[in-house]
Amino acid sequence: MKVADNPSALAKILIAPALIYIAAVIGIPFFLSLWFSVSDVTVSSSGGHYLGLENFRSALEDPSFRRALGNTFLFAIASQVIVIVLSTVLAVCLMKDFRGKWIVRLLILLPWVAPVSLGSIGWLWILDSIYSIINYALYHGLGVCGPEPGMTPCPVWLGQPSLAMLSIIGVQVWRTLPLATIINLGGLSSIPQDIHDAAAIDGASFFRTLFQITVPLILPILLVAVLFGFVFAFTDMIVVWVLTRGGPYDMTQVLASLAFFKGIDGGDLAGASAIALFLFPVLAAAAILMLRLARRAEVI
Amino acid sequence: MAIVETRQIRKVFTDHTAVDGVDLATTEGEFLVLLGPSGCGKTTLLRMIAGLEKQTSGDIIIGGQVVNELPPRERRIAMVFQSYALYPHLTVAKNIAFPLKAAKIPKDQIAGRVQKAAGMFGIERLLHRKPRQLSGGERQRVALARAMVREPSVFLLDEPLSNLDAKLRTSARDELQQFQRRMGTTTIYVTHDQVEAMGLGHRIAVMSKGKVRQLGPPQEVYNDPADTFVAGFLGSPPMNFFERHGALVGFRPEQILPRAAYATQDPLVHVWFRVDRVENLGADRLLYGSLRDLAPDVKMIVNLPFTVHLPVTEGQAYEFSIKEKDLKFFDKESGLRIAARPL
Repeated sequence: MKVADNPSALAKILIAPALIYIAAVIGIPFFLSLWFSVSDVTVSSSGGHYLGLENFRSALEDPSFRRALGNTFLFAIASQVIVIVLSTVLAVCLMKDFRGKWIVRLLILLPWVAPVSLGSIGWLWILDSIYSIINYALYHGLGVCGPEPGMTPCPVWLGQPSLAMLSIIGVQVWRTLPLATIINLGGLSSIPQDIHDAAAIDGASFFRTLFQITVPLILPILLVAVLFGFVFAFTDMIVVWVLTRGGPYDMTQVLASLAFFKGIDGGDLAGASAIALFLFPVLAAAAILMLRLARRAEVI
Repeated sequence: MAIVETRQIRKVFTDHTAVDGVDLATTEGEFLVLLGPSGCGKTTLLRMIAGLEKQTSGDIIIGGQVVNELPPRERRIAMVFQSYALYPHLTVAKNIAFPLKAAKIPKDQIAGRVQKAAGMFGIERLLHRKPRQLSGGERQRVALARAMVREPSVFLLDEPLSNLDAKLRTSARDELQQFQRRMGTTTIYVTHDQVEAMGLGHRIAVMSKGKVRQLGPPQEVYNDPADTFVAGFLGSPPMNFFERHGALVGFRPEQILPRAAYATQDPLVHVWFRVDRVENLGADRLLYGSLRDLAPDVKMIVNLPFTVHLPVTEGQAYEFSIKEKDLKFFDKESGLRIAARPL
């Protein structure tokens, strides 16, 4: 008998490459980092001794870790709340027919197709302290700030702690908005037109339809978008790395970037692993919770 | 209650005309059926009356008021959709209450009115369920309850029975008619099913290619079709046609009987029908064949009720009779009805 005629053998063969790939690039590093986090391994000593939860304790005592933890939550929650609102608004707009819709769709999708690093470098220039096009517009266009005596100095977007965090959140929103919008659009187009028509006949206003019909119906799909967004925001460091490198004075450091600086630049593999793994239980719980909610909310 | 009127209403989509200058007017409390094959524009017409679709030109008048620019909620209409369009995340009670909440009816009145509407359709025990937990027939009742809870002046129904199985459809048809007669609300009902149309409507508007081909009471539309489209669309099996002296002649399969079986004073026309094949349907027998002398090449159907005991052999010709008044004549080119003439 040929292998192709044996469904169970064929299934194993077909799924094997994916399993091997996941084991090699996710499984092994994951278990390795589990070991690193409870040891005293450094870049120069690959052996290491078991230390228990010592790395986690010292991380918790480190003020820069605590700030990074807070920043991570701020970064993830703020960016995702903005993304949810904006992507819903965009998706509702894109469901309507209007002239030039394709170009709007294209523009919304562009940040997603552009390489992340390239996009972030673009933003680095936009937010630069000297060449910022935003400041150029504020000075030459609106005249609200400028270098001349008597004028308010223009903002240093990446140099002032609160503005730097705001900039990072803004760029993260710009990055993740397209995906959330597309997921949202998929959810919206899965609602039959009859339901919208029935709401119109029943006398529901735009906002009543949006909040009592549309949003509850796309909630399962919206939750998927939120889950992706949160996981990206919690585990990603590209925007922070390119824009501020965690500065000024570690004020915009997030856990992922802090782990990178500590482990790769600083050579402290054990400490970095502890930091990187810190949110793993939280994220795993969040993922399970959201998937459950999504299943329960599935109604169509 | 209100009269619904359309005046020269047209709807042009980019590549075709869906509704082409329709003039219709209901009477007070009437059950008007829009009947036609799929794609004839009947649903588009209904959606324009509802305000879900904007007409390209023409006027819609509801209760004496031109409503062209009014959104659906201000037209005092209710609509039941083919899919029922129940809100899947809301319970039956909340589905029925939705139009009341949207109309900002005081909270203390809502529960009572929901109960009353549910009682009218016998669905009180389903109030806490979600739509997915209901059968097709129950969903249809919920949709009707949601439509009438606001006490609209016009009911619009878009093929509300087409998702039910055949047995349920018969009883639902009966209930729907009783309900409409009791409420006396002007109703416009879209269907492609002639049995529904004949059974439910005070009047039927037969539509084809965006135009109303004939408007009249069921019997009139059936017995006196205005053109070959109406004649062919209504009736199952459809009307038989053959050409005679430059005109099309039609008669219904049940209006031709063996000569011996016809006991009538009306003037009769006698023809020889050659039977090619017999289909026994229980209550009826369908004879497939052709008129031996008048139109030997045209396939025709004769519908014999089981009460007519004619022994039939395939391949044989028998003498049949048709009442002269049952022969309908149509213009060959336009298909329009013309005056009767000798055969």
